[in-house]
Amino acid sequence: MSSNQKIIKSNTIILHTASLFLLPLQLLFSIFLLLRGHDEPGGGFIAGLVAAGAFVLYLFAHGVTSTRKIMRADPRDLLGLGLMLGALATLPALLFGEPFFTAQWLSFYVFEAQIKLSTVLLFDTGVYLAVLGTILTIVVSLTEAESR
Amino acid sequence: MLIAVLSGFVLAVLVPWLKSWSGDRIGWLLAALPLALTLYFASHIPAVSGGEVILQSWDWLPGLGINLSFMLDGLSLMFALLISFIGTFILIYAGSYLQGHPFLGRFYIIMLCFMASMLGLVLSDNLISLFVFWELTSITSYLLIGFNHEDAEARKCALQGLFVTVAGGLALMAGLIILGHVSGGYQLSEILSGDNPVMESSLATGMVLCILAGAFTKSAQFPFHFWLPNAMAAPTPVSAYLHSATMVKAGIYLMARLNPVLSEHWLWTPLLCSAGAVTMLLGSYLAYSSTGVKKVLAYSTIMALGTLTMLIGIGTDYAMVAFASFLLAHSLYKGALFMIAGALDHETGTKDLSLMGGLRRAMPYTAAAALIAGLSLAGLPPLFGFVAKELMFEALLSAPWQSTVLLGFALASAALVIAVAASVAIRPFWGATRSTPKSPHEAPPGMVLGPMVLALVSLVFGVLPFLPEVGVISAVVTSVKGEPVDFHLALWHGINRPLLLSLASLVVGAILYSLWTRSRDVLSDINTGVARFGPEVGYFRLLYGLVAVAGWQTRFLQNGVMGNYMIVLVMTTAIAAGYTLLSQYGFHPYMDLTGVNFFEAAIALLMVATVVYVTLTRSRLGAVATLGVLGFSVALTFILFSAPDLGITQVLVETLTVILLVLVLFRLPGFSQYSTRFEIWRDGTVAAIFGVFITLAMLAALDVRYFESISDFFIEASYPQAHGHNIVNVILVDFRALDTLGEIFVLAIAALGVYSMLTLRAEANTNEQ
Repeated sequence: MSSNQKIIKSNTIILHTASLFLLPLQLLFSIFLLLRGHDEPGGGFIAGLVAAGAFVLYLFAHGVTSTRKIMRADPRDLLGLGLMLGALATLPALLFGEPFFTAQWLSFYVFEAQIKLSTVLLFDTGVYLAVLGTILTIVVSLTEAESR
Repeated sequence: MLIAVLSGFVLAVLVPWLKSWSGDRIGWLLAALPLALTLYFASHIPAVSGGEVILQSWDWLPGLGINLSFMLDGLSLMFALLISFIGTFILIYAGSYLQGHPFLGRFYIIMLCFMASMLGLVLSDNLISLFVFWELTSITSYLLIGFNHEDAEARKCALQGLFVTVAGGLALMAGLIILGHVSGGYQLSEILSGDNPVMESSLATGMVLCILAGAFTKSAQFPFHFWLPNAMAAPTPVSAYLHSATMVKAGIYLMARLNPVLSEHWLWTPLLCSAGAVTMLLGSYLAYSSTGVKKVLAYSTIMALGTLTMLIGIGTDYAMVAFASFLLAHSLYKGALFMIAGALDHETGTKDLSLMGGLRRAMPYTAAAALIAGLSLAGLPPLFGFVAKELMFEALLSAPWQSTVLLGFALASAALVIAVAASVAIRPFWGATRSTPKSPHEAPPGMVLGPMVLALVSLVFGVLPFLPEVGVISAVVTSVKGEPVDFHLALWHGINRPLLLSLASLVVGAILYSLWTRSRDVLSDINTGVARFGPEVGYFRLLYGLVAVAGWQTRFLQNGVMGNYMIVLVMTTAIAAGYTLLSQYGFHPYMDLTGVNFFEAAIALLMVATVVYVTLTRSRLGAVATLGVLGFSVALTFILFSAPDLGITQVLVETLTVILLVLVLFRLPGFSQYSTRFEIWRDGTVAAIFGVFITLAMLAALDVRYFESISDFFIEASYPQAHGHNIVNVILVDFRALDTLGEIFVLAIAALGVYSMLTLRAEANTNEQ
């Protein structure tokens, strides 16, 4: 038990400090990947993996309890939310009399920058959350089973 | 109509907030929705009774002929009205019945979903969406029956209902697909109106049997009737709703709906008449022999379902009029009686009829409603039940198939039902007062309102039968029969044969009721004796047999040795696919090594080196890290061939896999050599065979191309059609988004599987300590 504890929560000060700075950067990067995914390499799946990696790194440095604390939501709720967004993205097409799941786009300009909102983005966000939720559910329950 | 169907689901989502806002009055609040739906559907009565059929359609998967489309004709309209009208009172009633229950919110969520699924079922114009709603009602009713989920008995009964109806549902799916296939489309309105060669198809008999299997299981026809009384484990509002207007009527609805097409089949009339007649008599006998008030009502529902099935089977004009009237009458009185049964249970603390008596003094309004509803159940004037029963006798007298036999069954059943009605509606309320576990007083207003209103409607329809006639019944008959029928409902037809039959059944029923108390012991002995050969025993045999076979094959195939699983998986793939490869393609490996540059060769060599190292190393951590190297080399290959998305994904997945492996690794015992020499050689051979097979398959795939590559299409269509430059992402979230949706659900199931495996085992361990 005590030897396992070390793996879960390393006490190296470098990792400890670095993870504090890395977490927000990685999360920002994951959102960047999510948003640009339609035109450049990236997308919900990759972004979800990056975000999961961010939390896993933090978990290695600070242990599972404080990771749960900064996540605020249970990973299983993230998973459920992701599935719900994914399923919701299928519906708007019905309002416009198009087949189920047809992508709907809304494009407008803010300060000469084109903003493209779409059900595709909504769906991709669902994928992002589902991937994040899946990995964190597995990792968190593995580590918690470890420390029990 | 889309909004009418979906509003129930939407409201269900909002229940938690409404619950915290309105507290215990939530029932009255939620009842506004079914009330509004009732008014909405009622506003269509003039158009529909004028012969109009309202169709609405939304494309869903147009490529497969699957659409979300709704049809409102007489039959759908009557069902929709019953579902929403009775639903209004059920929701109010449940608020009082389950007052202060910790899971009241959850109850309303499931109840609203159930109501919405039921509406979807009766309004669907597409066979596939009909089936989806059909299964939704099975699932939601499972949750409702097992609502008291801490009670093992309730869970067992709920599971039984689910198994029986879902097994029938599978057969139904096959039947509906055959129907859609042979008639060339899945739209009900087209199947019903066209001159389809459905009956000339060689699949017709199979189709009829499959569809009837679905309808019979859902509507509890003999020999599948056993699940329905067990479903009484549900809270009473659920029973009232399930039995009066919904769930069990779904099968009846389906048979009535498809009657114009399927009645031409030679099996239709014999099957429906015989199953219906047997179910009818069995139901009324079992109702007579039971003492629990809910059991009695449940069996009398089986009687009604049998009668309805039989009437559809007879199929004459009279039978159809009788069908529509009986359906309406039954929904009204059964809803009322179940709510009264719940009130009795609630106020006296017992379900046993033989313990109740003289309650009319304590519960005058309930007693009045019970009397009216009971008269309608018994089929006595001036209630609407009487009109329906006269019509049924009339229909049987002129039945084209086995008229005398069916009439005999119906007479016996009618006599029994009169005794049953008396035992439910008179016995608890009249006679000497008996002491009950709780001291009874009048039920709260929410619980009296429903029975009163439903009983009054029975009375009004009985005295003024032209109201329901012009309202819905003539439209229902038109849709079930497939053509308009000329008829008039009346309370008094003069002295004729149906009236004499009614009188005869009344006399016999009165005698049976006078024997009610004395016959209890004898009947319960007979029933226990016969039950040993009943279909329910067959159900349990089948279930235990299934579990035994599953256990045996699990022990045999899944013995917990990881290596064996791998061998079975790998060898099955290699042998099955390898055979196809060698027999279809032959053996001519050819490799063109020109154009391979230095980086590619280096990466390939690196891969080979890592694999060799992994097989030889004795350190677990070393093996995991080396496998990581292998993964990164694959990622490098992706990047070399300009697939950055795949490369990034591969790197990330590889990283997380190594992390997961490390986490799992520390749970394993130290590394040591367990395999015998034979096992090492065996595993090596299997690995080699699989490696050779994969290599050959890859080479063959590069060599042969049966179809044009689809990538050109994606490159061209990506931006114009999907507004995205990243083709991989566009495929994932737009072109093939349905696949992705399926995949994230698979991910979720996998995560929950891991979660429950780890936490449940941990909990079991803590419990042991």
